[in-house]
Amino acid sequence: MRYLGLIFKNALRNKRRSFLAISSLAISLCLLGTMMALYYALFFGGPGKSQARRMVTRHKVSLTFPMPIYYRDQIRKIPGVKEVVTLQWFGGVYKDNRDQRNFFPRFGAEADRLFTVFADYRIDESQKTAFLRDRAGCIVGRALAERHGFKPGDKIQIKGDIFPFDLDLTVRGVYASDEGDDENLYFHLTYLEEALRNSGRSFAGMFTSLAEEPGQVARICKEIDAMYANSSFPTKTESEYAFGLSFLSFLGNIKVILMTICGAVAFTILLISANTMAMSVRERVREVGILKTLGFSKEAILGMILGESTVIALIGGAIGLAIAYGLCAAVRSGPGFLQQTKTLTIQPPVLLALLGLSVFIGVISSIIPAWNASRTTILDALRFTD
Amino acid sequence: MSLPLSYNLRNLAVRKTTTIMTALGIALTVAVLLSASALVEGLRQAFAASGHPLHILVTRKGSDSELSSNFARSVFNEIKFKDGIARTASGEPMTSLELVTVINLPSVESPDGANVTLRGLTPVGLEMREDLKIISGRAFTPGRREVIAGESISDRYPGARLGQKLTFGRGDWEVVGVFKSPQLARNSEILCDLNQAAGDFERNEVLSSALIRARDPVTLQALINDLSADPRLNVSARTEKEYYDLQTSSGDLVKFLGTFVAIIMAVGSCFAAMNTMYAAVARRAKEIGTLRVLGFSRFTILLSFLIESLLIAALGGLLGILLVLPLNNITTGIGSNLTFAEVAFQLRVTPALMAQGIVFSLIIGAFGGLLPAQNAARKEILSALRAV
Repeated sequence: MRYLGLIFKNALRNKRRSFLAISSLAISLCLLGTMMALYYALFFGGPGKSQARRMVTRHKVSLTFPMPIYYRDQIRKIPGVKEVVTLQWFGGVYKDNRDQRNFFPRFGAEADRLFTVFADYRIDESQKTAFLRDRAGCIVGRALAERHGFKPGDKIQIKGDIFPFDLDLTVRGVYASDEGDDENLYFHLTYLEEALRNSGRSFAGMFTSLAEEPGQVARICKEIDAMYANSSFPTKTESEYAFGLSFLSFLGNIKVILMTICGAVAFTILLISANTMAMSVRERVREVGILKTLGFSKEAILGMILGESTVIALIGGAIGLAIAYGLCAAVRSGPGFLQQTKTLTIQPPVLLALLGLSVFIGVISSIIPAWNASRTTILDALRFTD
Repeated sequence: MSLPLSYNLRNLAVRKTTTIMTALGIALTVAVLLSASALVEGLRQAFAASGHPLHILVTRKGSDSELSSNFARSVFNEIKFKDGIARTASGEPMTSLELVTVINLPSVESPDGANVTLRGLTPVGLEMREDLKIISGRAFTPGRREVIAGESISDRYPGARLGQKLTFGRGDWEVVGVFKSPQLARNSEILCDLNQAAGDFERNEVLSSALIRARDPVTLQALINDLSADPRLNVSARTEKEYYDLQTSSGDLVKFLGTFVAIIMAVGSCFAAMNTMYAAVARRAKEIGTLRVLGFSRFTILLSFLIESLLIAALGGLLGILLVLPLNNITTGIGSNLTFAEVAFQLRVTPALMAQGIVFSLIIGAFGGLLPAQNAARKEILSALRAV
């Protein structure tokens, strides 16, 4: 500890080099931090408080097949199920779908049940009443409303593609979500039912159910699927969280991609840091000889060099983390159809892992030059010319 | 008079550890960029090789994909007898009414299931896909619950292998054959009899799309215009090629992620290269002084150090390419933005991509080397010679 001052002085002896090393470490670590935060959010994050109680039932063959509408009441009778809402994906085109931003989920739902099942939705009471009263009304998530400037009273037209008619909707309210689920548009299922009256098609695309307790979700999922296993419309039920994750695999093998990037970045950092330390130690062999002459022990010299590299790595890591916070904020505000990216932040385990990694890199990258320097004899060291 | 290249090469060889470490850092950066590009390139090639040049895909107006298109049989019957449609050997118009949907099957990579395109078609539809070869088993029999699976599907989905049974619609469907097509996107589909599937799904009148073959390129355009302009039909018509081109954007997210990461890593590598070069300049202060005494100009010295930095970077670029070469031809799947189903394709590391990687590494080298090289060139002869 008493060498701390010397360690800092040494770290600053070549300011340009330390600055460059810290910058490159900070940049790489901020990238690593963001990637790890993403990985953590996707695969360790777990569902939000109200999402943990929800599950989604769809047709076993795939989402594109409808189920009979009466499943809703049957599912509701299962012990532990508090409420069930039918959700019908409308698809369709808003304005022009070549612009990615015009693509957002639009669901027909039973408006009265919607707010019970999605307990995390917060909406102004007067807006809620206005929505419930207007059959051609709709509500939009806050993020969606901000992106398109929707406000109550606005008209929205969605051209039908799966369904043979267009939706003419009036925005009646804007809802917010505590769990980042604020990119959807919901309209009344009765609107669809009326428009389709003559076709006689049953059109329950999926059912979202709310369990009384999160612990019951697994059992209820099994019971629902068992109930319809031998019917002509078998179902697949999973927790809403797992349902959301299944869309991830659609983007390619995200897990492997993230892991590979993290690995490549971590290895690059190690290289950069090791390189800097090797250069810095080589420059200083004579000085090590002088320190030894003055009576510094082998261990003290080893410790000082390791300490210097750790200090540099930690400073780089801290700056990198600060930038990573900023990057996470950028990801949060960007459009994304995954709830997890909406609440992206550096979680404590990620923070600890990153700082730990910084120390690890600091030590590993300098261990060989430090070891060699500490073992050079005084004579060799003093004689050394570079 | 410029300094010989061998001077730089020898210098790099003397400091081989530093050189290799810096180069490896750049190599990893290049590798990240190239892996993302290889994926996008593979996807592009898969879709570019798909679609017959004379085929027109007709969907309901406003539908960008066959999956979200509801196409009535009555509309098909009106289209069937338009002018300019090619005929089969038996004189039938080459028009195929098709039903497209997705079914969820567990795959090798995702045991929880991924979406696969299921296409119902008629014998004419099969005839219009003449490059499709059955590689094992036989074709499906119309009127029976039988399917044939594309090669990529039967390779990646254990449930879609020859002899297995798939459950959808009103019962089990037997996989009676596996087919292969040089049109890569086709290999990611499962085909079955149109009427059998339409019956099972209760979609006898409302199907998905029609595929039409024009007689020649001139009638192709005329047909597209004719179909799109007819208000009674209310359909969108585009060439099959165009339809597949649209799907290349499915790789956009991976491309964005890869490029974003590579650029940030490049900045980091740039700083690292700068550090290495500054150290090289500092160590060779005396040498630089000597060179100046010998009559080499400041510019020659600047150029020489810049070249040295570029050499390290080029080495990094080459290593990076070596790192991604094993990825070439690896098969993977990605969800298509239009079909809502998985498309299998192979990663491609093409020569153009390699060149892109080298250029990228040289840019890193140039940015990393410029300041240190300037620093070297600015040294005063006397102080440089006096340096220890």
